[in-house]
Amino acid sequence: MKYICLIYDAEQELARMTPAEHAAFMGEYMALSDDLASRGQLAAGEELQPVSTATTLRERNGRLAMTDGPFAETREQLGGFFLIEARDLNDALAIAARIPSVRTGTVEVRPVVDHAAAAR
Amino acid sequence: MRTQRDELTVPQSAEDVHTAIEGAWRSESRRVLATLVRLLGDFDRAEEALHDAFAAAVERWPVEGVPRSPRAWLVSAGRFRAIDAMRRRARFDAKQDAVLHEMTAQVAMQPEPDDEGVADDQLRMIFTCCHPALAPEARVALTLREVCGLTTEEIARAWFTTPSTIAQRIVRAKARIRDARIPYVVPARAELPSRLDAVLQVIYLVFSEGYAASSGDRVTRHDLSAEAIRLARALHELLPEREVAGLLALMLLHESRRATRTDEAGELVLLEEQDRSRWDRALIHEGTTLVRRALGGGGPGPYAVQAAIAAVHADAPSAAATDWHEVVALYDVLATLVPTPVVALNRAVAVAMRDGPAAGLALVDALIGDGALAAFHLAHAARAELCARLGRTDEARAAYAEALRFVSQEPERRFLQRRTAALA
Repeated sequence: MKYICLIYDAEQELARMTPAEHAAFMGEYMALSDDLASRGQLAAGEELQPVSTATTLRERNGRLAMTDGPFAETREQLGGFFLIEARDLNDALAIAARIPSVRTGTVEVRPVVDHAAAAR
Repeated sequence: MRTQRDELTVPQSAEDVHTAIEGAWRSESRRVLATLVRLLGDFDRAEEALHDAFAAAVERWPVEGVPRSPRAWLVSAGRFRAIDAMRRRARFDAKQDAVLHEMTAQVAMQPEPDDEGVADDQLRMIFTCCHPALAPEARVALTLREVCGLTTEEIARAWFTTPSTIAQRIVRAKARIRDARIPYVVPARAELPSRLDAVLQVIYLVFSEGYAASSGDRVTRHDLSAEAIRLARALHELLPEREVAGLLALMLLHESRRATRTDEAGELVLLEEQDRSRWDRALIHEGTTLVRRALGGGGPGPYAVQAAIAAVHADAPSAAATDWHEVVALYDVLATLVPTPVVALNRAVAVAMRDGPAAGLALVDALIGDGALAAFHLAHAARAELCARLGRTDEARAAYAEALRFVSQEPERRFLQRRTAALA
């Protein structure tokens, strides 16, 4: 079953890391990705550009409105994700607990709807 | 291998059989359900199978006799009834045939559990119902329903809400278990501490609601506390972890004072004014023995420390003769484990007993001053008591008035009113 791990971090706080700290932090991410990939548990995983690059779209009454910035202004912003293949929620939570940002920010784990299974 | 059917005893009187079925429902239905959930992989299907199994018992035990192991018989009957039900349903839905075949084969192949397996199934049930992915109130409802076997009506009455609210909470929790695929397993050793916390939290929530109902007219609701203690005992037997012992000890030591916490009129009686000769010595003995186990070997957990504090009180012949140095020292430890304002308030009250009311009052004032406890009635009540002891009557009266603004439980309100009236 697929789960998505949405990774939220306070960009300003990450920016305060020393280069050495940042390199170590990213190194942990790489190691985790490699490990998940080698087990066949990594469906996708990306780091996102900062929230200042976000564009938000909304169509109402046939009019498309585009605004710069994120959907919601929050202290921590969505900064990346892992889409993982896990046996069950406990397995997914154990993987999520290894994401470096659980220490600096917040990780939200959600099961992905399996439309293929629903159609069977 | 011999099947259960070979082990039937001779038929007994209708009355005996009736008693046996009732007894089996009381003592085995939860365990049978826990095993059926594992075998059938689904709560609702397992519950249906459980009821079918008991229906089969009502039908067959009077004729065939009560089986030697009612639990194994019921698991077996429930499992076969479930397979039957799946087959019947499949006839109307050809698409399900292949799935069904695989499922029934799977269900039929699982071995029936021995005693150890039954214990594991119960733990699986407890850890699943108390999974941190479920909201706390959903965990409580699900645990009381599935693990303790309370009816939706009973749970609703205990929580002053409607049965439909509780039923909906349970349905949603089960859907969540299914959709997020919360597994029916005992957590691995590495996950155990955090997962156990969630379980202990549920048990303590149930106990606390029974011990000091958060709202309503009565101070305590014994049935809920008893249920929590029963659950903790069962958990401790299945999983003798130190914090489980700590929580069980804490609840037993509180429970030992139940009879003296209120007077004949149902009004609150403070710890220092309770008739200690009426404290339940058997519960205290059991509690203190468990505390020693919970404290032994390494850093104790928060429940063990709270139980140790309760044990110091239980041990003291009077409030004045209490070892307040020990109590304060234990609160110091607790404050490092659970650094909350409420723990700090309790510590302040203990300091007042050790060093005098002025020392305690300074701490209480600081806690109210920094805002965290400004709306907590017990903080103002503590301030009032300490002011009264210092002869600062006007301040005491004002503090009681503050406490009365924030109190929500009726007996506590009346208690505060009596204390106000008693001021000179």
